[in-house]
Amino acid sequence: MNREAAQLVLADGEVFEGYLAGARAESGVVAGEVVFNTALSGYQEIVTDPSYAGQIITFTYPHIGNYGVNVDDDESATPRLRGVVMRDLARRPSSWRATDGLDGFFRRNHVSALAGIDTRRLTRHLRDAGAIPGAFGTADAATLLAAARADGGTDGRDLANEVTTREPYLVGPADAPFYVVAYDFGIKTSILRQLVAAGCHVEVVPASTPAADVIAREPDGVFLSNGPGDPSAVDGAIRAVGDLLGEMPVFGICLGHQIMCLALGARTFKLRFGHHGANHPVRRIETGRVEITSQNHNYAVDAESLPEGSVVSHLNLNDGDIEGVQTPGRRCFSVQYHPEAGPGPHDARYLFGEFFDLMREAS
Amino acid sequence: MPRRDDIHTILLIGSGPIVIGQACEFDYSGTQACRVLREEGYRVVLVNSNPATIMTDPEFADATYVEPLDVETLRRVIENERPDALLPTLGGQTALNLTIELHEAGVLDEFGVELIGARIDAIQTAEDRRRFKAAMQEIGLSVPASGTAYTLEEAMEIAEQVGFPLIVRPSFILGGGGTGIAHDPDEFEGVASRGLAASPVSEILIERSVEGWKEYELEVMRDHADNVVVVCAIENVDAMGVHTGDSITVAPAQTLTDVEYQTMRDAAFACIRRIGVDTGGSNIQFAVNPIDGEMIVIEMNPRVSRSSALASKATGFPIAKIAAKLAVGYTLDEVRNDITRETPASFEPTIDYVVTKIPRWAFEKLPGTTPVLGTMMQSVGEVMAIGRTFLESLQKALRSLETGRMGLNCDPGEAPLDALDLEELVRASAVPTPDRLFEVEAALRKFASVERMHDVTGIDPWFLDQLLQLVEAREELSRIGFAGMSARDWRDAKQLGFADSQLAYLWGVAEAEVRAARTAAGVRVTYKTVDTCAAEFAARTPYHYGTYEDEDEVAPLTRPAVVILGSGPNRIGQGVEFDYCCVHAAFALSEAGYETVMVNCNPETVSTDYDTSDRLFFEPLTSEDVIAVCDALTAAGQVGGGRVEGVVVSLGGQTPLKLASLLADAGHGVLGTSPASIDLAEDRDRFNQLCERLGIPQPPGGIAATAEAAVEVASRIGYPVLVRPSYVLGGRAMEIVYDDTELRRAMGELTVTGSLGREGGLSAERPALVDRFLEDATEVDVDALRDSTGEVLIGGIMEHIEEAGVHSGDSACAIPPPTLDAGVLATIEAHTIALAGALEVVGLLNVQYAVRDRQVWIIEANPRASRTVPFVSKATGVPLAKIAARLMVGESLAELRANGYLREPASGGHVAVKEAVLPFQRFPQVDTILGPEMRSTGEVMGVDRSFGLAFVKSQAAAGNRLPEGGTVFLSLADRDKRLGLLAARRFVELGFALVATAGTAAMLESDGVPVSAVVAKVGEAEGVDAIDLIASGKVDLVINTPRGRGPRADGAHIRRASLQHGVACITTVAAGLAAAQGIEARLEHRPEARSLQEYHRDGQLRLGL
Ligand SMILES: Nc1ncnc2c1ncn2[C@@H]1O[C@H](COP(=O)(O)OP(=O)(O)O)[C@@H](O)[C@H]1O
Ligand SMILES: Nc1ncnc2c1ncn2[C@@H]1O[C@H](COP(=O)(O)OP(=O)(O)O)[C@@H](O)[C@H]1O
Ligand SMILES: [Mg+2]
Ligand SMILES: [Mg+2]
Repeated sequence: MNREAAQLVLADGEVFEGYLAGARAESGVVAGEVVFNTALSGYQEIVTDPSYAGQIITFTYPHIGNYGVNVDDDESATPRLRGVVMRDLARRPSSWRATDGLDGFFRRNHVSALAGIDTRRLTRHLRDAGAIPGAFGTADAATLLAAARADGGTDGRDLANEVTTREPYLVGPADAPFYVVAYDFGIKTSILRQLVAAGCHVEVVPASTPAADVIAREPDGVFLSNGPGDPSAVDGAIRAVGDLLGEMPVFGICLGHQIMCLALGARTFKLRFGHHGANHPVRRIETGRVEITSQNHNYAVDAESLPEGSVVSHLNLNDGDIEGVQTPGRRCFSVQYHPEAGPGPHDARYLFGEFFDLMREAS
Repeated sequence: MPRRDDIHTILLIGSGPIVIGQACEFDYSGTQACRVLREEGYRVVLVNSNPATIMTDPEFADATYVEPLDVETLRRVIENERPDALLPTLGGQTALNLTIELHEAGVLDEFGVELIGARIDAIQTAEDRRRFKAAMQEIGLSVPASGTAYTLEEAMEIAEQVGFPLIVRPSFILGGGGTGIAHDPDEFEGVASRGLAASPVSEILIERSVEGWKEYELEVMRDHADNVVVVCAIENVDAMGVHTGDSITVAPAQTLTDVEYQTMRDAAFACIRRIGVDTGGSNIQFAVNPIDGEMIVIEMNPRVSRSSALASKATGFPIAKIAAKLAVGYTLDEVRNDITRETPASFEPTIDYVVTKIPRWAFEKLPGTTPVLGTMMQSVGEVMAIGRTFLESLQKALRSLETGRMGLNCDPGEAPLDALDLEELVRASAVPTPDRLFEVEAALRKFASVERMHDVTGIDPWFLDQLLQLVEAREELSRIGFAGMSARDWRDAKQLGFADSQLAYLWGVAEAEVRAARTAAGVRVTYKTVDTCAAEFAARTPYHYGTYEDEDEVAPLTRPAVVILGSGPNRIGQGVEFDYCCVHAAFALSEAGYETVMVNCNPETVSTDYDTSDRLFFEPLTSEDVIAVCDALTAAGQVGGGRVEGVVVSLGGQTPLKLASLLADAGHGVLGTSPASIDLAEDRDRFNQLCERLGIPQPPGGIAATAEAAVEVASRIGYPVLVRPSYVLGGRAMEIVYDDTELRRAMGELTVTGSLGREGGLSAERPALVDRFLEDATEVDVDALRDSTGEVLIGGIMEHIEEAGVHSGDSACAIPPPTLDAGVLATIEAHTIALAGALEVVGLLNVQYAVRDRQVWIIEANPRASRTVPFVSKATGVPLAKIAARLMVGESLAELRANGYLREPASGGHVAVKEAVLPFQRFPQVDTILGPEMRSTGEVMGVDRSFGLAFVKSQAAAGNRLPEGGTVFLSLADRDKRLGLLAARRFVELGFALVATAGTAAMLESDGVPVSAVVAKVGEAEGVDAIDLIASGKVDLVINTPRGRGPRADGAHIRRASLQHGVACITTVAAGLAAAQGIEARLEHRPEARSLQEYHRDGQLRLGL
């Protein structure tokens, strides 16, 4: 069974043997922080989600690529992750929506992948060891180990700056009820789609856009997008958001949520292995109802550090982490999870409506 | 909100006997519900007519009524117990239907019983197809367009509106007769007219056919705070048109993009909310057009279902248990996930493996049926297998089925299909049958393209490509050859699910050699854990499956452990009874301090619940898989200081028993009766010698490998004789023959070229057994226990109602024996004790006897748990299987008596009757006569103060309502006429009028029994013939005993007409007599509803008779 052997070596020396898939990395080595995602479907959305910049994503579900890829489900124009690890890559996709197979997509987009490994062993290891750097490829184990150890991880790195748009651009009908400026820290297409569906004309701006430039645009509201990595490293944006809070309604998702909380004066910390999946239960405190959410983050907001005036609106029922914060006095709210789904359940889409309501109240 | 404390007593309705479409998944769900509700402090009242269930164990409810499931009985139970609430959603369709009937009869209102789980309106909206469609359209979901027609003109009009292709379903039709799919108006005219003619009310439902679309099921849970989650998405490998119960299905969904999946999830949520299932689980089925993704809703079941049992086993999320909690007020986030213990149940399980379910059918036991699958479910059981990939799980599931196949290919079973050419294979694949997957594989191996196979089968190309990968791997493995296998090759092969036996076949080497070479290469099975969360959290429950990966998750064994082998898929002859025994062993051994380990592959059962045993291995019951589990546990014992005490093989029926000597050879001790004794009981010659030595008479007989040899045996022992192959179960292919010609024909069918050739043919090693058939003998079943000190306890002696010749599994029987005298009973006891001693039985022994004129012959002995163990245990209050398990680990009866574990049987006041339930409703083509080949799928029990009343109850429970008066129609075979006369007299004494066919009438009249009308032969020009008479509703009971063979015989028409028109029909005179006795008893006393606990109380029940 003629496949090219390859292996994954973690910075702590753990080795996983499999075979190469997707594109061939020129150096024979792909390094990054290794995380796992437990979603059963939606691999295309996941591999194109810019929030995975700097990371190697492991799918816990063994069969990946079954329905191929299509033109509509990309979350961004190009994958930003470092590589993909899985148990089995489908050789023949089947879906009326498919325009290509996942392997073809990987090759076109220069994404290297490793298949055939015991992904459950890897997941259990990451669960205990935490998300750690690793490297995979056809290189020998020593080279891979060195590459894994050389990878700096995500702490303290402003990865949002690497994936943000260079130029502002507009999305949605110009005659929509509200005009919203969206900070792009790595924004997903699904978010834009939901904002537009909720009645917004959106201008997406680079992560480094100063508050004054935003205020000058006189938007009805500001949206803070998801994005990769360590929120505390995105200090420019934290400052800008600090200046915007209270000026107009603000809604943040994921990294946007962390940035908003940092701007409010809270602290963030790194979770052991993060939340990456589509099945996390979150309680909406206002109603007591549970929503099943899509999640993808390695950092979280420290509950103790939330300033007065801010309230926790959503809680993770698995581990009690903060999933949402509201500061009614300053008309801002944010959630740690992904109400836009893509992939994942639609339970929390109402939040886009709440943003709309907030803007209506403000205007 | 925490649990409700305004309710105290909760009534639960079980699903009754195992029938096709409703099997032991409801024992699983009911048992979970009983447990949960009692843990929550409620008083639980359970009604279920099926004694072979765990839930009807007296420990599982406060009051357990093994009574017929009808409104009358339930009303009595409600009157006795005054429940505050009724939970109707855990007992299948039976419980839902009864709940509606109770509501309509005003019983729920009268006694102020609140429905919890689902309201009447929700049940009705979901169950009534027309209301359901309207409701779905109301919330913007598509359903197949449809209409109802009463005439051909109306039908044509609807067809025009709906468009082709169309599916026509006649109303009120047995077994889906008259259903058809039409692709154009010409075809439609024929199908519609046939449908209208088939329907007794001339009504047909015409629906847009979406045959060939992809079929999906979503298992959804909702709580009263309106939190909703999907537990599992199931994708059918077989496209729409094959009932999901008959389809190979896979979890999770494999070929839906997340966008499509989430749309389906939204639709499922909208559906459950609109229907208004307040709390609990529902199953919602969807069809998706593979061309453009169009999605329509097919149906919703507002209750726990077969699929929810599968979903629970597939994910580790216990749907029924949680449904019960939600019904009493909890919300999902208030319920803990048992597996992680730290996260709540308000989440959606995610898995890191693939689950495949494959049904098992019994067409070969039902002559007259054709094995073609369609929109009516026909399977009798199913297996599930877990693997890291689809192919691994598929091949594991195929070998779990025990149909002789070891996987998809590479086994002797592939030879017949290899003989066909490509075109024949493609044509065969176009028809859905139990063999279709193998046909597809054979076609792919002959280079049929995935596209072509997709076109003819509707199976998604992703699945077909997977099969193709297996075909390619097979080529590759054969190219590499046994000697050339590297460690990586071994691992690749095992990861594709190949059994060692398949590889052995492929390379023509012995399985043991394959195993040795593989393990020498370091490739061994590893066990992973089913944990609901794809390893995101640590699992606390050791629920494992085997696969070939790096890491093994079996925890060290710190205590003495016992491995219990389950019984595999339900099939006719081996069903829930054996699961009951295995579960009991787990409970009893756990009480004795052992760590219990269950191995089984049937997702419907209680045994495969993760909290039945300390560890669960969801694995096929083949020697390779079972030995691997035992090896792994032994290794885990070396780490933890514990030890595997042995393996229990005698409680799961024939499946584990077959493995006894292989296990022993592999160094794993078999607990209880030794493999040598097991062999002795199975080996015809040696068993004969043993009986001779013990002085236990056997019917004279001999063995024969050819027709001539058989005729010779017959000439020695005399006709009639019973012929059967020596290697089959459940009376498979047994026949009673009366002369040389019939004997030659019967032998012919057993040869390779005959209709039973597939099952192995005849040879010197596999001869046929030819025994003198004992006519008019009474059959007796005995279940006994023996301990290692030699003490024997007779657990129960059951007298059969039908005479010997009707398979013990298909005949009714009673405890205590109603007619056997003390002398006969003493002989039977003595024989049983002698046999138990000679076989050195430790544990259970079942012996069957035939008794005639006070002489006792032995028919067979099985040193294992029998089908009747649960019935005996419920009748007497002595838990035979539990005791047996304790005996097997070395305790003695005396010890168990001393510590109170073994009590005296409850006797003195009640009689218990077991009745078999047969699948004839599903298969109207099949003649309903009973014979030595077992065909029942389940059983019921009736208990009351006298045999008559208990018999009446058993009949009612089995769906055979005996009339209180009216007309009895008699049509008897000549040899039955003597006893028939007795029965006829009793009916006349009870005030019935008699009608009879000419011969029977003449006999009755000549003996002075009045016959009010003589019924004409079927099809005779003059007079009302039997079928017209039955159809006219003028007959209340039919007693028809078979004469002659074949479906064209008059009797067959009579029996079919009774079935069709719902007239009680009895096919043996013995049962006719019992019915008369029952009807008489019922005229004297109304049957009462009384709980098992009452019957068993203090070991004695005094009814003051
Ligand atoms: N309109 C249809 N066209 C083709 N097949 C259908 C259609 N409706 C149902 N079926 C098939 O018939 C099976 C049984 O139908 P369903 O409505 O689910 O009834 P049941 O109550 O027996 O489960 C389904 O599993 C599906 O395969
Ligand atoms: N010699 C016999 N005379 C009359 N009936 C018999 C005889 N042998 C077997 N039978 C009938 O056939 C049935 C099946 O035979 P048995 O040996 O018990 O096979 P199985 O192993 O399938 O239970 C019995 O239950 C009994 O009714
Ligand atoms: Mg159905
Ligand atoms: Mg028998």
